[in-house]
Amino acid sequence: MALQDVSGFQDTPMSHMWNTPASLSGSVPFRCDNRHTSLSSLSTSSSPPTRRPFPLSHGTTTLAFVFQGGVIAAADTRASCSGLVACPSAQKILPIHSHLLVTTSGSGADCMLWERILAREIRLYQLRHGRRLSITGSAKLLSHMLHPFKGTDVCVAAILCGWDVEEVRVEEFKGQRVDRMGSGRDDSISPAKRPIEETVMSTSDACSQDDLTDCACERTRHAVTDVDLTRSPVRDRCGPKLFYVCSDGTRLQGELFSVGSGSPYAYGVLDGEVRWSLNEEEAISLAREAVYRATHRDAYSGNCVDLFHITAQGYCRRDREDLREEYHRNRERVLKRGKEESEEDKK
Amino acid sequence: MFAQVYGDNGKMKEYHYSGPVEHRFSPYSFNGGTVLAVAGEDFAIVASDTRLSEGYSIHSRDSPKCYKLTNTTVIGCSGFHGDCLTLTKIIDARLKMYKHSNNKSMTSGAIAAMLSTILYGRRFFPYYVYNIIGGLDEEGKGAVYSFDPVGSYQRDTYKAGGSASAMLQPLLDNQIGFKNMEGVQHLPLNQEKAVQLVKDVFISAAERDVYTGDALRICIVTKEGIKEETVPLRKD
Repeated sequence: MALQDVSGFQDTPMSHMWNTPASLSGSVPFRCDNRHTSLSSLSTSSSPPTRRPFPLSHGTTTLAFVFQGGVIAAADTRASCSGLVACPSAQKILPIHSHLLVTTSGSGADCMLWERILAREIRLYQLRHGRRLSITGSAKLLSHMLHPFKGTDVCVAAILCGWDVEEVRVEEFKGQRVDRMGSGRDDSISPAKRPIEETVMSTSDACSQDDLTDCACERTRHAVTDVDLTRSPVRDRCGPKLFYVCSDGTRLQGELFSVGSGSPYAYGVLDGEVRWSLNEEEAISLAREAVYRATHRDAYSGNCVDLFHITAQGYCRRDREDLREEYHRNRERVLKRGKEESEEDKK
Repeated sequence: MFAQVYGDNGKMKEYHYSGPVEHRFSPYSFNGGTVLAVAGEDFAIVASDTRLSEGYSIHSRDSPKCYKLTNTTVIGCSGFHGDCLTLTKIIDARLKMYKHSNNKSMTSGAIAAMLSTILYGRRFFPYYVYNIIGGLDEEGKGAVYSFDPVGSYQRDTYKAGGSASAMLQPLLDNQIGFKNMEGVQHLPLNQEKAVQLVKDVFISAAERDVYTGDALRICIVTKEGIKEETVPLRKD
């Protein structure tokens, strides 16, 4: 079309890219403004994009792992911006709902906004479908939402840590399940008949009974309170889940992840010690130690450590702890150990 | 450091001609200026210098960077002046729309969240503006929200932004945050002390930063309203 050629308009996927973030600004009456920006940005998209005169914030250490008591997620709190600490008390682990946390790494603004969008989409799903979206589904949703921005400099590397609570003890429902197979949505289970596990699970999950219909016969053991301590149930539908989602398209499920500039140091500490059979205090102190070692060696990580623990009942947050004291304590420990060793040598 | 002094062909980049360079038109320009905001128990202070510069020239000595948004919120914008003006116009229009639809003024927290989405809407051609919002929250306590140019934001107690931010922020950490000080009594900040601190801090910034100077505009936000004060600074 003649006008299309004259204005340099290109109907490429890039044009969709410009629309999505702009729609976040809500109902903008400046339609002409939007058109101008999208046209001007489309013309710049054919040439190399405008170089930004300022740097964005990067650099972090975040980690998460699964163990028999749930999921531990930990992160430092330094937001750095090309050599300057933009914020010494950023929050890098954001709760989405009572059983899902997301750790952020990459560009601060991208992570903040995309996780806000993810929280909105998960809530809309819950309202539309009557049940909470699973962690696997949330990871896929985030990954698909980020896909149009592949190739641009949106940089989001998130770990989704959560606990799927859709399971219900099947044996107690066997009689009723057969009746209800055909009815799809089921809201006719009276509260009195609900098994005890339900009331233990998150209170907003009245809808988890929907899964009776697809809760197939093979699941006989996965009541949430009945976790087998020796096996890892990560591959099953309920229980703790960990996903790594990256803006370049990666989506991985796993049992241990660490992301950010300090991750090699954290991996060094975690790979040696993480086991399924850790108890809660050991797991928490291990996560704390890993973040501490990473902040010690990596210049772009530092300040405090945030720790979250997710169980079937939801997440709980430990107080933010300043790692400055830890350095002094560690130094004293090293000195004491040195003294003890020299005394032993003397003997 | 040495990697930046010598170019690929072995010539020193600053002193030797290393070949033809194509200069592209840059839609951005840096107009200088420093903004500072401090939140107290029942007040908030937003202060900025009034110098508008570009390169080696000064365009204006009376161009303050604090803009009043509502009776309880002031925003300070520094960076590229063109984007500052447009951004404040857009925020004013959105505030009016909100007031007409919802029959009440936007709160400081709501303005901060809205600004974050406005800034991210231009993720790939950003507003080159460093924003700091200072105001009172719903409970009447002071609140400061600091932004980066693409919309990442955070509530703070104090923040400096703009050309002298790297010089001012450590000073504020020490005087208001009492960071890394042993055996010091943590006194809460009262309004007179905060205003005096802001004045001292800007006088120091004007000494060492070429883009900061001329005059200082302080906006003090309390539940009675917004009071403005102007203090002269170095003009050189």
